[in-house]
Amino acid sequence: MSSPVLEIRDLTVTYQAGHGRVPALRDVSLVIPEGSIVGVVGESGCGKSTLISAIIRLLAPNARIAGGEVRFKDRDLLLLSLEEMRSLRGDDISVVFQDPMTSLSPVLTIGRQMADVQHRGAAGRRARQARSRQMLERVGIPDAEAQLRRYPHQLSGGMRQRVAIAMALMAEPSLLIADEPTTALDATLEVQIIRLLQELQRDVGCSILFVSHHLGVIAELCDAVVVMYAGEVVESGATHDVLRNPRHPYTQRLLDCDPARIAERTRVLPVIAGSLPDLENLPGGCIFRERCLQSFARCAAERPVLSGGSHRTACHLPEAAA
Amino acid sequence: MAGFVLVGLMLLATVCAPWLAPHDPLEVDVTNRLSSPSAQHWLGTDQLGRDVLSRVLFGGQVALKVSLIAISASMAIGLVLGMIAGFGPRWLDRILLVSFDTVRSFPTIMFALAIVALIGPSLNTVIGVIIATSIPVYARVVRTQTQALRERDFILAERAMGASTLRILRDHVLPNIAPPLVILASMDVPAVIAMEAGLSFLGLGVNPPTPSWGSILNDGYSYLRNSPWPIIAGGLPLIAVTLGFTFFGEALRDIFDPRLRRKDA
Repeated sequence: MSSPVLEIRDLTVTYQAGHGRVPALRDVSLVIPEGSIVGVVGESGCGKSTLISAIIRLLAPNARIAGGEVRFKDRDLLLLSLEEMRSLRGDDISVVFQDPMTSLSPVLTIGRQMADVQHRGAAGRRARQARSRQMLERVGIPDAEAQLRRYPHQLSGGMRQRVAIAMALMAEPSLLIADEPTTALDATLEVQIIRLLQELQRDVGCSILFVSHHLGVIAELCDAVVVMYAGEVVESGATHDVLRNPRHPYTQRLLDCDPARIAERTRVLPVIAGSLPDLENLPGGCIFRERCLQSFARCAAERPVLSGGSHRTACHLPEAAA
Repeated sequence: MAGFVLVGLMLLATVCAPWLAPHDPLEVDVTNRLSSPSAQHWLGTDQLGRDVLSRVLFGGQVALKVSLIAISASMAIGLVLGMIAGFGPRWLDRILLVSFDTVRSFPTIMFALAIVALIGPSLNTVIGVIIATSIPVYARVVRTQTQALRERDFILAERAMGASTLRILRDHVLPNIAPPLVILASMDVPAVIAMEAGLSFLGLGVNPPTPSWGSILNDGYSYLRNSPWPIIAGGLPLIAVTLGFTFFGEALRDIFDPRLRRKDA
């Protein structure tokens, strides 16, 4: 395996909320090898968005990185100056956001916005326009020339997301962060966007950090997957290992809840009983303990650490079974 | 439509004043004081025998000059301050807001009287007073709009694409707040013209020989028993232009409005 593009080690981020501190991410570690697509799954509020904001260092003002490191090509992003960080964004690290309806400026034409993204190069107006057109064609937008003159509201959601992807890949970044890029789209478009991302990833050769709560999409697209729960990584490994042979009870339950896996018609869809633990007053031991059906004494006493070879899990069960 | 016609006529008449005016607005003719309209003096003459039509035309130049300079300057400064308040740190926002409110809490006329008492009446004083009192109006609008925008996803997306704060403000915030600002400015023109006329009427504006609609009204007011013409001649354009710019602003708002609505949808 080649050297990783991004390596996050023990990243801890806390939010200052009122009188208390909320540890939204605790000791999160993940690795994105060069040229691979890594998925991050987890339910709402598990810290996926905080993770992205922490990587690109655009956290909310009340958030603080309490520890850990984010190594991007052998540089710790957390130690870079604001200026150095800014020059990486949109150049070597790009982001595609969730909702294409709101991530483009409503009052500027597509062409203007695409030219604007190329503000770093010395290219002239014509060269930028040509590059924009080329990128639009690459993401499969028909009649690119005409689209450049249109405003975002004149384009459909799928088209806008293609535009957003074209803008993100403009500078051929080493790392593309996709923050639930298909959540706001319908199923047909979702498949198209996934195919497009796969194609572009092969062409550009970038790595992708793909955040989603859709297991099917992750299975389809990602080489490796990281499962997060309440701000911690509970399981990580190659996609087929994790999805075929989940070791952490949370991953198992999550997979049971995937509608695509439910064979019989039912009125009551399976759920994971209970709710996320209160992050402000974290229970000791395993964070999933209270919702876990297989918890035992040790789970309350000791916090499990992420361990194992390439398929790692933070659970006491495998050890207990051994 | 009426707004565009009135504004167009006003611009044309004042810009072409030197060629349109039948007489020198400062030329005194004591043998022909306070005359009624005639073929030679279309709107009659004032107490010094000066041609009222010429004075009205040149007075329009003063009104236009004051409103253009004062509004563009206060809009520019208000834009910068408003963006700083809306995009900058909280404490700076607080300081700026308090200073805006402090300036706004003075009644404009009182403020003008105080300034004139300090540095004496002149056209520049009028412009300065209007700029100082209008900045907070623009700055507040800009601040509110900027604050609403800064939370929007496309601004975050721009940041994620590596845009600097300056670039975000210039290329993304500015085009989004320009429409309401332009409407506000055009609605502000009549207020500024009326303000200049008011100050000149009180003798706090332009210095005496220079014609201004306010000073024409004041001259006419003193000699109202002798001739009503200077009052009519000074008052009508004031009313017409005020109305014209108000209509103009409303028309602009109607043009921009559909897009504003769609943007929020």
